[in-house]
Parts: sequence; C-alpha cells; structure tokens
Amino acid sequence: MSYTSNGFTDIKFHEEIIFERSRPGRCAYSLPAKDLTGVADLIPADLRRKELDLPELSEIDVVRHYTRLSTYNFSIDHTFYPLGSCTMKYNPKINEKMARLSAFTDLHPETPLDRAQGTLKMMFDLQHMLAEVSGFAEVSLNPAAGAHGEYTGLGVVRKYHQKRGDLKRKKVIIPDSAHGTNPASCAVNGFEAVVLESGPDGKICLDCLKGMLNDEVAAIMLTNPNTLGVFETDICAITKACHDAGALVYGDGANLNAIMGVARPGDMGIDVMHFNLHKTFSTPHGGGGPGSGPVGVAKHLVEFLPNPVVRKVGDRYEFALLKDSMGRVRSFYGNVGIALRAYVYLLELGKEHIAEVAEHAVLNANYIKAKLKDVYNVKYSNDTLHETVFDDSKLPNHVTTMDVAKGLIDRGYHPPTVYFPLIVHGALMVEPTETESKETMDGFIDALKDIAEKAASDPQSILNAPTKTYIKRPDETLAARKPVLKYGAEK
Amino acid sequence: MANYIVPNDLRYTKTHEWAKDLGGNKFRVGITDYAAKHIGDVTYVELPHIDDELDKDEPGCVIETVKSSEDVYNSIGGTVVLENGDILNENPEIINSDPYGEGWLYEIKAKSADDFKALMSRAEYEKLLEELGD
Amino acid sequence: MMRYLPNTPAEVKEMLTAIGVGSVRDLFKCVPQNVLLKEPPALPKALSEMEIERHMAELGEKNTGAAMLSFLGGGCYRHYAPSLIDQMLIRSEFYTAYTPYQPEASQGTLRAIFEFQTMIANLFGMDVSNASMYDGATAAAEAVMMALRNDRKKRTRIVVASTLHPHYIQTLKTYLEGFAGEVVLMEFDQTTGRVADKELAKIDKNTVAVLFQYPNWFGVIEDIHAIAKAAKAVEAWLIPAVIETTALGILTAPGELGADIAVGEGQPLGIPLNYGGPGVGLFTTRNDHVRKMPGRLVGKTADREGKECFVLTLSAREQHIKREKATSNICSNQGLMALAASMYLATMGKEGLRTVALLNLKRRDCLVKALAKTKAKLAFTGPSYNEISLKLPMKADAVIEKMAAEGILAGVPASRYYPALDNILITATTELHSCADAERFATTLAKVIGG
Repeated sequence: MSYTSNGFTDIKFHEEIIFERSRPGRCAYSLPAKDLTGVADLIPADLRRKELDLPELSEIDVVRHYTRLSTYNFSIDHTFYPLGSCTMKYNPKINEKMARLSAFTDLHPETPLDRAQGTLKMMFDLQHMLAEVSGFAEVSLNPAAGAHGEYTGLGVVRKYHQKRGDLKRKKVIIPDSAHGTNPASCAVNGFEAVVLESGPDGKICLDCLKGMLNDEVAAIMLTNPNTLGVFETDICAITKACHDAGALVYGDGANLNAIMGVARPGDMGIDVMHFNLHKTFSTPHGGGGPGSGPVGVAKHLVEFLPNPVVRKVGDRYEFALLKDSMGRVRSFYGNVGIALRAYVYLLELGKEHIAEVAEHAVLNANYIKAKLKDVYNVKYSNDTLHETVFDDSKLPNHVTTMDVAKGLIDRGYHPPTVYFPLIVHGALMVEPTETESKETMDGFIDALKDIAEKAASDPQSILNAPTKTYIKRPDETLAARKPVLKYGAEK
Repeated sequence: MANYIVPNDLRYTKTHEWAKDLGGNKFRVGITDYAAKHIGDVTYVELPHIDDELDKDEPGCVIETVKSSEDVYNSIGGTVVLENGDILNENPEIINSDPYGEGWLYEIKAKSADDFKALMSRAEYEKLLEELGD
Repeated sequence: MMRYLPNTPAEVKEMLTAIGVGSVRDLFKCVPQNVLLKEPPALPKALSEMEIERHMAELGEKNTGAAMLSFLGGGCYRHYAPSLIDQMLIRSEFYTAYTPYQPEASQGTLRAIFEFQTMIANLFGMDVSNASMYDGATAAAEAVMMALRNDRKKRTRIVVASTLHPHYIQTLKTYLEGFAGEVVLMEFDQTTGRVADKELAKIDKNTVAVLFQYPNWFGVIEDIHAIAKAAKAVEAWLIPAVIETTALGILTAPGELGADIAVGEGQPLGIPLNYGGPGVGLFTTRNDHVRKMPGRLVGKTADREGKECFVLTLSAREQHIKREKATSNICSNQGLMALAASMYLATMGKEGLRTVALLNLKRRDCLVKALAKTKAKLAFTGPSYNEISLKLPMKADAVIEKMAAEGILAGVPASRYYPALDNILITATTELHSCADAERFATTLAKVIGG
C-alpha cells in the first residue's frame, strides 16, 4: 500500500519569545490623550510600585507574534483530533458568533436582575435542557470545568450524608479505570478514595463492589461508558446495590456523548453527575480551557446544589440561595459565556437531532475499531460505544505507543490519548466523535496501518518521528529537573 | 537478578530501600539499585527536614520522575539528623547512577535499634529480587 | 441531513457493513432495554442558523442592562480591550486545540502560556505564575489550601480580611469543608474602610495564612504594609489577592510586600464581563514553593536537536499522576482567557498599563469632584483606585432602582452582603468613562437623592 499523508507539510516561521521582540518606546495601544501629570499622586507614595517589566511592541508585532504562534498548533479546525475521553468534536461557528453578541458579553454580573433577564432565561433554559437530556431533577451551571464539577458533585454527596447525620461515610469507591481526577476530587472534599479493580471484561465486577459496600461508603464514582469505552451493562444493579447500602452514585459525565439522546444517566439510578460542556456540548477546549462543568442531581439532592441557583418565579428569572447548599464554589455564576455556546448548540440539535449525536459517535468509533483491530490489539473489545482503546502489544521492533503518536503527527493527525487508561499497557485511546466523515477516518486508519507496517519494515522511520514539526521530541526530564518557568529566569 | 548491586554491609526493605548502620544509633538510608533502575530518570527529591520525627513505615521522602511520584518509606523510626539536599537538589539524577553512594537520602537517629535489626539481610533481599524474577 | 454530521445514509450503510451489524441501534445492545429511551428527550424543536440568530437577538434584547451607562464593579470590571485581542482569539488554531499534551503539535499554546506565566509573574512581582486557575475566588481558596498542606508547623487558623470580596470568602469556606482549617475574619474600620488596626492582633502564632484583597471590595486600598508586617511577624503565609488587576499598573506589587502566594483575577485584563465568567484565576508564588503549587505549568527545555521549546512540566504534582495526593484536583486552566490576558499585557506594555491605571485614577477623581454637588459622601477615608463607596442619605437599593430608570447602573449595594450597610453604594469608574459620564452620574444622583 502506498501511503499519502493528510496534506501536512512543513510551514514554520521562526518566532521568538515576545519579550525578545520588545523595543523600548514602541506602543501597540490607543488611549485617549490626557494630561496625566500629578495623577499618580492620588495614590500615597508608599502604595506605588517600583518597576514593571512588560514588553514594548507595536500593534503589528503583537499580531504577527500570535499569528505565528498559532501556526505551531494542531487544532480541530486543521485536522482529525481523536483524543479519547476528550470528545474533540467540531466547535460550531454560530456558537462563537452568538457568544460575541454585546448584549451578552457586556452584561455585568451585578446588573439588577430585571435588566439581565435574557441571560438568566438562557441559563434557566439550558439547565432545563441539560436536565432533560440526562434525566436529572435540576442542574447547576456554577462549576467552571469538569474537575470543578466533580468537586461540586462530591460536595453535594458530603452535604447529603451530613444532613442525615450519617457522618461515618468517608470513603468513595473508584474503579481502576477511572479518570485520575476522581481520587484527587475526593481528597479535596475530605473523602478517602478506595480502588475497585475492574473485572476481566473491563467492567465493574458487581460482586466485588457488593463486597466493598458498607456503612462507611459515601459514594461510588463511575464513568459510563467507562474509559475503555465499555458500557457497564449491570449499571442498574450497580446503582441499586449502592442505594441499598446507603451510598450514592456519582456519574462522571465525561463520556456522555456515547449515550446522549439514547439513554439517560438519571434513569439508570445515578444520583449526581457533572457534564463537560466542552466535550459533549461542542464548546471549544480553548487550548486547555475555559471549560464548564455543570452538575445535575436527582430530586433528593436538589437542596444541596451549590449557591446560587437560577429559578423561575412567575415570568421572572432570579437567583435563589439554598439553606442546605454545599456552598459557593466560585465567584458569580459559572462560565456563562461558555454555557451560552452549549445553549446555542442544543437549539440547533433540538429534539430532532439529539439522538443522532450518540448514534454517529458510536458508529464512527466502532468503524475504526473494526478496521484496525487486526493491526492493533484491543484488550477489551466487547460492548464498546464511543471510543476504542488499542495498545502497542502487536507492534514489532520496540515501537511503542509514544512512537505511534509521533508518527501520526508526521502524517497530519493529532494522536489519540496515550497511556490512558492505566489498566491497558501502552494504551491508544481513540474517540472520533460524530462530526468526522468516513473519508477522514479512512485516512486516519490508513495512517495507523502505515505506521504498523513501517514498524516492521523500517522501524527507524517511526522511532525518528516526528520529522515535519517545528520541534522534535523535547527533553521533558531536563524541563522537570531544572525548571525554567519564566522568561529571563535562567540561572 | 544478578544485574543488581546488593552490598553486603546494608540491610533492606521489601519496598527497596536500604539502611546503613553508622554507629551511635544513627542510620543512613537510600533506595536500592533495583529501585533506581526501575523508577526512571529522577527529576526531583522531596527530602525530609532535619529534626523531623518519622515513624517506621511512614513516607520519609518522595522521588519524582517526569511521569511518576513515588513515596520512599522510612524503615527506621526516629529523628532526621541530616539530609542530602546539597547533592540531590542540584543533581537528583545521582540517585539513578549511584544509589548507595552519593545518592543517599537522609540520616536518622533511631528510637531503638530494633527497627534496623528487623530489616532484611543481603541474602534475604537477593532472594526477594529473585522471586520478582526481574 | 444535520450540518454537524457528515456521514450520508450510504456511508452509514458501508460502515455498518464493515462493522458487521445491521443497524446503528444494534451497536447499543449493551444498554439495558429498560433505560433505552422510547423517544428522544423533550428538547425544543431544532432551529436553523437564521432562527437561532433571531432567537438570540431577542434574548439579548431582554438584557437591557448590557448597553446602559454602567458604574458596576465589585469584582468584575469593564475596561478597554484592544481590538486585536478578539481578532487573534478567534483564530481556531488556538480555540479549537486541546490541552497541549503533545508538545510537537502544540508549541503555539505552550509558548503562549510560558509568556503568560512570565507576564503575570512580572505583574505581581513574584518568581513564578502557573498557567491559570478557574477564577480569582478558587485561586484564593487553593492558595489557602496550599498553605495548610505545606505549613511546617501544621497551623490551622486562617485570618481573612472581611473586606475581601464576599464570594471569595464564601468559596474559601466551602473549600475548607474538606480540610482542617478555621477562618477568622478581621473586621474593617468603619471610618477608613480598611482592616482595623486592632484586628491585626488576630494574626497570632497559630495563624497559617493571612488573606486580604487590595484594593478591597469597598474600593479602599488596605494598609498593605501593616498587614504584611503582622503576617511576617508570626511567619504566616502572606496571601494578597488583587481582583482589579489593572491597579497593578501603579500599585505596589504583591512581591514587593514579600507575599508567599499572590492570587488574583485576570478578567480586567482585556476580557469581557460575560456575566461574571469566564475570567481567569491568577496564581503566583515564590521559587521555593513551586513544587507545592496547584495547576498546570509550562517550562522551557530543548528538543532532540537542541532547539529551544516548551512542555508541560512538574506534572508529578498533578492529579493524573499523584491522584489523591495531588496538590489540587484541577486539571485544566482557563487557556483561552489566559491567552487574552497575555495579549492584553503584550499590547499595553509597561507604559500602557501604567497609563490605564492613571486614567482610572483620574476618572475616579473626576467622579469624586462631581459628587461634591450631591448629598452623597465618601463612605471611607482610605485611599482608593477606581472604585469608591458612597454613603447615601437613603437606601442604596432604592437609589440604584431610580438611577436605572434614568439609564444608569449606579453600582453594587453593600447591603447585598452586609445588610447593615444599606445606604452604601459601591461605584466603579474606569478609563472607559469620560468626565462627562461622571458629571451625568452626579447630576442624576443629585436628582435622586437631592443636591
């Protein structure tokens, strides 16, 4: 087979650190000309700063700098970006356009409520739509990201047990396939994380779970489908066992895209779950944020949601404070500008298309699995939905997952999530999402097949990858040993 | 197993730490060659402070690599009297290259000599390595 | 066909054949029948793009407060944002990229974060900044948790200025539910609007951290040197918070005070109000504490050819490696907002930021002078930057309502969080106001409360 890459060729302009572009006296801003002599004296001398080191540039310097930096990135708008568990779906342009309407961007969070009814209605309606999609009684938009949602959801769990006087419950059971954030979120809430080993099929072993449940367990935190993409077929029995033992069930909503519109976590007995608007609901990842991690809860947990909550009273939307709330988790009311993008997305999907998202996402993932399972090993291949975890065990000549990832970059694809989940050695976790076409996936499949072939016939070409990028295999050990975290900080 | 250095004058733990009797109830501790070869390139060591009181089997320090963070368990309960920050803060990689020499971690004044005596001998530790089959 | 779903029925069929199943629904056989939805969730009917635009425009019309002459501050500030920021932010190479885990495919993001860390560290006068936190309130809470976790003396008392933004205090208290730590508030002096001198005695030998804001929630600049001195005397972690970050164009940097950790909110640095989010939490510290810090960090290194490059580093602190022992559960940053703040600081430069700060001072001065013709008095004698507290002869809520009827958002009522202070109005002016705006405010206020 002859392999042609995804149109990816070398592009790069050299660009220096912005401080190196600085020239004394240059100016990129435009402020009204005013006589400012003596104004500084309005601040007592002992409260004035001594020096401030920021670059001095003209406008074109700044624009070229950031434009050039942008060319060093892969992004969804460039190419296929199949990071498992990250749901890198297309970010619709209408979302961005609507989020930039000044009626929303210029609204101050302390605006009297009667003059902020548009945004409040948007928040209320989005809460309602998210609740409807997931089967929960109410949703709070406060948390700023997925991990913040986990923190908040576990705070709801803590408050629930506290109010019942059930103070012994300090343990949270977490399957070994879970996201690393889960145990850290437990610790921040004062819970102790206890690991539950997955069964041989990659699922939760119901009897093992039952053996761990007792009156010290506050909750189980699970992801369904889990990080292997495997649906927990026993989910209803799992939630029932937990409830029978007095524990709650926390659902990590990271993988909601697999079932959205097809089935609802709330109907499976999950008590509390966070959503990742930046995954399932198409808001951009922004190179690492801002995200938004709303929390949905079943009826018996509504009173513990974080403050404030948005409610509708008559025709008016307003904030309410809950007496038994788990507390405030941030300033103001959440990443409202991100929530708005998710709202626009749901308006466009509507009842007609909501289920097609999961259907196409699952179809795409299973297509890639079917096409590649003979080339790359799949340790857990049954009942996978929206993602597939391959590994490097079939590759010859010591070619590893890391090399495959770098080889993919040379072929114009962003690598999948690598070395996660931890229970698959050398994992390559592929989540294509519903927004990719068959021919895009065929290109990716060919690239992975080409890498596997080269691993056998010309391993050095894979071990040398990437060759087309601006930089190649940075020394991460050096970075961690002698950290340089600021320009000009080198010893 | 023959690939790992296991000096005769030290005692060992199941979790691959060593301890050396310095006399006067003082002991020097570090990680074994086996651990040093398995952990990867050390990037940082979080050492205990002088005068810290450490119980037997509680984490005494943390060794970091790019992708991991490992607790090193304190095998002898007592008070820290010296730590090897002068060398390890600047050159943590010495733990990889010279775990029994310049890559030692800290010295502890023991509450009782019993903790040291309870540790494994060279022969016992070598047997453990053999069982690990690596 | 739905525009975000490219595969045609013919292609779907080909893919199903390759998989070896008859229908898409066959792929969901693992989901128990009893939870499979019989019909899709009851969302509204799907809208087309033009219908969405119309719907959002109508929704926007209900936000009548967005276009009014506004003097709202209280933790969120409207400032000049150079046009280039949004023009650059809309580059999808930045906003549709993920966390920079693959350094070869994300040097743009990594370099931008390295520059952000540098500019924020310089702005705060600190050794090092992380890649950002959710917001200022969570940054402050994380700072206190970092102090609690790492205090060698295992102290637990956290002394907090009562003039810190109320949301920050509430957020801190929520975070402390999972921690052994007790919050003690330092009350403020009713005359100066600063932490009262005698309250500094609450900073005692069991105090692990001292957290305060400047300029504070009332707009008053605290006696920062006195607070720093009291904290240093007992070797407590000194944690200043700066929410109105443009003030650092003129005010003493936290680093100059000897701060151990300094936190803040980057929203004022070129980021729109957006009803309070997303902004960007700022978190800085000293070199000795770098490995105790929460959040992402980007560091410089070299690639295999010796070329300068950047990677996420010191990850051994973080949740994906250290799990329950991590320095925090945070696993993202406010990437795009951090990028906006960087672009702002690069555009303004040191002269621009200082000019912005001076313009803010001048506008505040305009307003104070214009208010001379009203019955409003400055509530506090302490120095201020761009925000002042006004003592009114009637309830602030009523004044706000009447001013709004005249087209002006007059400010934040202190009674929102201090019911007893029901005649205090907190009013902010920035460089976006003209002196004529200040005059209009004063004239309208005189009409409402009497001249």
